[in-house]
Amino acid sequence: MTTPPTPQQQPQAQQAPQQPQQFPPQAFAPAGAPAVAPPPPPAPAAPAPPSAWQQAMNNAYSSPIPVRKTHLGNALASEWTKIKSVRSTVWTLGIFLALVIGIGLLAAANTTSSDYNDVPFTIPAFFGLMLGQICLITLGVLVTSSEYGTGMIRTTFTASPQRHRVLLAKILVFFAVAFVVSAGSILLVGLATSAMNSGPEAGDVPWAGTVLKGGLYVSLLGVLALAVGSMLRHSAGAITAMLGVVLVPAILPAFLLIWESTRTLAEKMSDYNAINSLAMIFGADGVDSAGGTSQLVVLIVVTALAVGGAFALLEKRDV
Amino acid sequence: MIEAVGLTKRYGAKTAVYNLSFQVRPGTVTGFLGPNGSGKSTTMRMILGLDAPTTGQVTIGGYPYRKLPNAPRQVGALLDAKAVHGGRHARNHLLCLAQLSGIPARRVDEVLGVVGLQDVAKKRSKGFSLGMGQRLGIAAALLGDPQVLLFDEPVNGLDPEGILWVRNLMKALAAEGRTVFVSSHLMSEMALTAEHLIVIGRGQLLADMSVRDFISANSADFARVRTPDSEPQHREKLTAALTEAGGQVMPEQDGALRVTGLPLPRISDLAHGADVRLWELSPHQASLEEAYMRMTQGAVDYRSTIDQRAGLQEQLPPGAVPQGQMPVAGQGQPGWYAPPPPQQGGQPFAMPQPQMPQPPQDPAGTPNPYAGAPQPPAAPVPAAAPAPAPDLTKGATDNEDAAR
Repeated sequence: MTTPPTPQQQPQAQQAPQQPQQFPPQAFAPAGAPAVAPPPPPAPAAPAPPSAWQQAMNNAYSSPIPVRKTHLGNALASEWTKIKSVRSTVWTLGIFLALVIGIGLLAAANTTSSDYNDVPFTIPAFFGLMLGQICLITLGVLVTSSEYGTGMIRTTFTASPQRHRVLLAKILVFFAVAFVVSAGSILLVGLATSAMNSGPEAGDVPWAGTVLKGGLYVSLLGVLALAVGSMLRHSAGAITAMLGVVLVPAILPAFLLIWESTRTLAEKMSDYNAINSLAMIFGADGVDSAGGTSQLVVLIVVTALAVGGAFALLEKRDV
Repeated sequence: MIEAVGLTKRYGAKTAVYNLSFQVRPGTVTGFLGPNGSGKSTTMRMILGLDAPTTGQVTIGGYPYRKLPNAPRQVGALLDAKAVHGGRHARNHLLCLAQLSGIPARRVDEVLGVVGLQDVAKKRSKGFSLGMGQRLGIAAALLGDPQVLLFDEPVNGLDPEGILWVRNLMKALAAEGRTVFVSSHLMSEMALTAEHLIVIGRGQLLADMSVRDFISANSADFARVRTPDSEPQHREKLTAALTEAGGQVMPEQDGALRVTGLPLPRISDLAHGADVRLWELSPHQASLEEAYMRMTQGAVDYRSTIDQRAGLQEQLPPGAVPQGQMPVAGQGQPGWYAPPPPQQGGQPFAMPQPQMPQPPQDPAGTPNPYAGAPQPPAAPVPAAAPAPAPDLTKGATDNEDAAR
């Protein structure tokens, strides 16, 4: 039953010297006596005569299989199992692919090669992405908030009290999935478009960068959503908040432009809102040498802030 | 081993747990009892590091839970059977928990077999009944072969086979030298499963002792006395005599008397002295449920009342006098379980004396004061308790009841 303590069995090995101090006297005091301050935690004291209590401690069970310290790899494997074993992943990513590839191919089929003289071949994917990003936002929110909604988070955090590791694994796994799916679908649309429209001047605009940046942008939006979901802990609330983040800066400038004082704010908003950022990345507004890099940087900063906030709140709050 | 020291949890103005200190030792099943809202689940969550205590600390094997190097291998917990993602099927649910602590997938299939869910392993847990959910939760707790196990209401929703299985499982786990900490509201189940009890009420420790000591310390043992039905005046006479001698007498529904605080021979002597014949004089050892009810009655936050259905009845015409209903004697009447003795400091309960983990002082171990030779009623040893003995100080209210 009892195996000699191995280095992995630290807790058992360490608690042994504490045992001589059997019961803090407080355990027997009237529990409510407010004047009694909690006694200091039992310190290694002089050896006491063996008792039933100590005997029980000596006979305490320890698993014959050594206990190994957990690491990020465990959490990544767990999150990968989680994300692939729920239907919401299938649905959101399925709709995302249908939107990006479906709309993309539809658009590609209705264009001619001369349309691609000054835009990249991936531009048909942009139309799908404008809607498809909502799917990634939804999935990002659900990755965290569905655990809060179902109570699963308590089971998860009981199984891994290192909460930050769980959140980091969620972010990494989700980002990897979102990036592969989004960049892959943009690439597919780009390849299909280039195959369909092989005119003389078409394809002059390099489009490899749009695949990476486009995928990165929508994946980061999803990570932002994941962080918001982790902070708000409520699926509907977090999805609504993220829709606000995407849509409000796209709509509000129309009103803000009315007043002189808010005009610069309106211009910033219309430059950096999610839809316009995607348009810049895909060069939909004509040739833009910057290619939406500054928009991408802004999103990276915002996402980093949100993720930082999520981590800070995660450690502090009760679940 | 679980060790809590001065554990306090406040939610805003409400104090859910106050200055709770206890130890749960390996090798026995320790029951964790308390009325609804008394802070059991909060305490469990604090043990598991889900809620941070406002003050105080709780450790498992010397570690705060969140510092454990591999929590599921050291502590298994069933907090809430419904704390699963319903869209995930049972096997994947356990698999993702196993992977978190590096437990191989074949162990998942093993525990699914242990709890008997192998046939629904690929079914989404949304469709599980409460009992199946409990089994899934127990499977998750067993995954890591842990040395400490916490179960919050594990038999909720289980079928009789499942209840028996859980009872034996708990005992077997404890017999292997594991620490088993179980909360439950099913007193009969607790009496069968647990050896040791930790009782809290309104977030404070009420008792930390063995089940047997708990029952006798809360001396809910009583004698049932029946006088001839044909002579009700004898009943009154005996009641008066017993009350005078310091006993508490409560009428039962069928006309018998429930006497506490007096040993059986003394009751017989008193009856003889009062010239009352007895049809029945029998000792009754209280159940854990009764002892528990007695101890916690002052700490119950949510108390049910009799449904008068007054809201459904027609309004009485003005001036009419509503017909009074006579209160029915029996459980539910005030003082059925003796009221808490008055004590200093507003603390209605005291643990009688430091007596664990050592065996009870009385080696003969006769918790029933009516069973043996004339011995004083089970008045707690006054040495440690700053309060008057619970038995002998509560006569007034009971006697009013008894006089009815």
